[in-house]
Amino acid sequence: MNKTVNQKAWLFVLPVLVLVAFNAIIPLMTVVNYSVQETFGNNVFSWAGIIWFEEVLTSQRFHASLGRQLFFTFTILAIEVPLGVIIALAMPRKGIWVSVCLVLMAMPLLIPWNVVGAIWNIFALPQIGMLGNLLNGMGIDYNFTRQPGDAWATLIAMDVWHWTSLVVLLAYAGLVSIPEAYYQAAKIDGASSWAIFRYIQLPKMKRVLTIAILLRFMDSFNIYTEPFVLTGGGPGNSTTLLSIDLVKVALGQFDLGPAAAMSLVYFLVILLLSWVFYTLMMRDEEQ
Amino acid sequence: MKRYSWLIPTLYILFLMLPIYWLVSMSFKTTNEILGSFTLFPTEFTLDNYRKIFTDPVWYNGYRNSLIYVSINTVLSVAVALPAAYAFSRYRFLGDKHLFFWLLTNRMAPAAVFALPFFQLYSAIGLFDTYLAVALAHTLFNIPLAVWILEGFMSGVPKQLDETAYIDGYSFPSFFIKIFIPTIAAGIGVAAFFCFMFSWVELLLAKTLTAVHAKPIAATMTRTASSSGYELGLLAAAGTLTIVPGAIVIYFVRNYIAKGFALGRV
Repeated sequence: MNKTVNQKAWLFVLPVLVLVAFNAIIPLMTVVNYSVQETFGNNVFSWAGIIWFEEVLTSQRFHASLGRQLFFTFTILAIEVPLGVIIALAMPRKGIWVSVCLVLMAMPLLIPWNVVGAIWNIFALPQIGMLGNLLNGMGIDYNFTRQPGDAWATLIAMDVWHWTSLVVLLAYAGLVSIPEAYYQAAKIDGASSWAIFRYIQLPKMKRVLTIAILLRFMDSFNIYTEPFVLTGGGPGNSTTLLSIDLVKVALGQFDLGPAAAMSLVYFLVILLLSWVFYTLMMRDEEQ
Repeated sequence: MKRYSWLIPTLYILFLMLPIYWLVSMSFKTTNEILGSFTLFPTEFTLDNYRKIFTDPVWYNGYRNSLIYVSINTVLSVAVALPAAYAFSRYRFLGDKHLFFWLLTNRMAPAAVFALPFFQLYSAIGLFDTYLAVALAHTLFNIPLAVWILEGFMSGVPKQLDETAYIDGYSFPSFFIKIFIPTIAAGIGVAAFFCFMFSWVELLLAKTLTAVHAKPIAATMTRTASSSGYELGLLAAAGTLTIVPGAIVIYFVRNYIAKGFALGRV
């Protein structure tokens, strides 16, 4: 769309700017402030330079959490995105079942995150949970509170359960926006269903899928409450993702300096990766 | 292959419903039954867990508090996002693209990073433990999202609509309220849905910013879980009740989800 240049448009943006800046810039400055200071309690602070950053960047613990975080994020993306597309393709396009499917599928999205953790906790408990009881009944030795492998499997199953619907909803929206004429043309040309998917459906879904991938990437990188309620980061440290580790340092040990430095590094990692995703996908689109 | 395609969504919905069924069924069980033996259906059917929640002010106030701050947040986010999204979709101005990306970066900010500074900020301005504090804090991620969604919908509305209205003698405010807002009602529905959703499900900030008066239901749940031992039935009942407002909201916007998503860029 041709946009007209109008500097007064700033006035329209002003309320948003004020609110978001209040919430974003002041806390961010607080974090930056802590990250370069040393404190011995009693509100006495002294300049510490970049020691906290050095500490974080070289610490084994941070590397381990970051590694687990990356593994988690890429695993759930690799499962949720293809699965969401497959389900969206198989969904009915009209009739009463559309509403039924959409309403039921959207359910997990609106459950508070701690409840999601609680649901999966009681669902997977080895003896009293439905899943845990079933698996153990089948002779599989399953206990997510003791065995790291089981904890990971449960964590990933929970996230797939929780968020695949977002990808489905977005992909479905992309699919219904394709005019019927495209399919008729493809039929006349005798296109296979793979060809229809590859050359009609996938390009039309590209925009919504970009949004889905970006949202899932950002949110899974920020995930805190669900794994905290489900496993508490355990057994041991095996499912301690970045934000769980951060909260342990910041609110548990009250190490403000290291926690602040870690926050900034964490935020920058997300920002950088999101920016790379965003530019890569937008560049494709412009071509 | 087409004939069996209904199987995929059916199996998926079954997978989604199983844990929810387990939660609901557990909420009707007694603690003895839960811990004693494995039963697929409640055998000693009880409503005690729900009775406790509806009679104990700590519990039902939690629900009220959550609903109040979520509503304030939704109204506030959509109201300020509307003019901003209009500006982004219609005009070019100094720094517009940078501003848009900067807004989005706030969507990426991990709540864990902001928990402590938010606590200090809202304590300093005397808003700690109020509905407004949580509602304002949640605008950090909801306003960028609302702007993003609404901008998509607004860009789908041809500019001729604006121009015709001006020729017909509408002033900008009356055009915006009487013509433009009804035109993008679907977009507002979708944006409000997402704001409601992300504010309703968030716990870390809501818990950090409240103590007693504005404590959200989710925080009541976690505190009960740790303080009074292992009352799984009660926890399951509270969890079941937190699903209800979401289910109602989905029911109302179901047509917008189906059609609305496709109209805009969301």
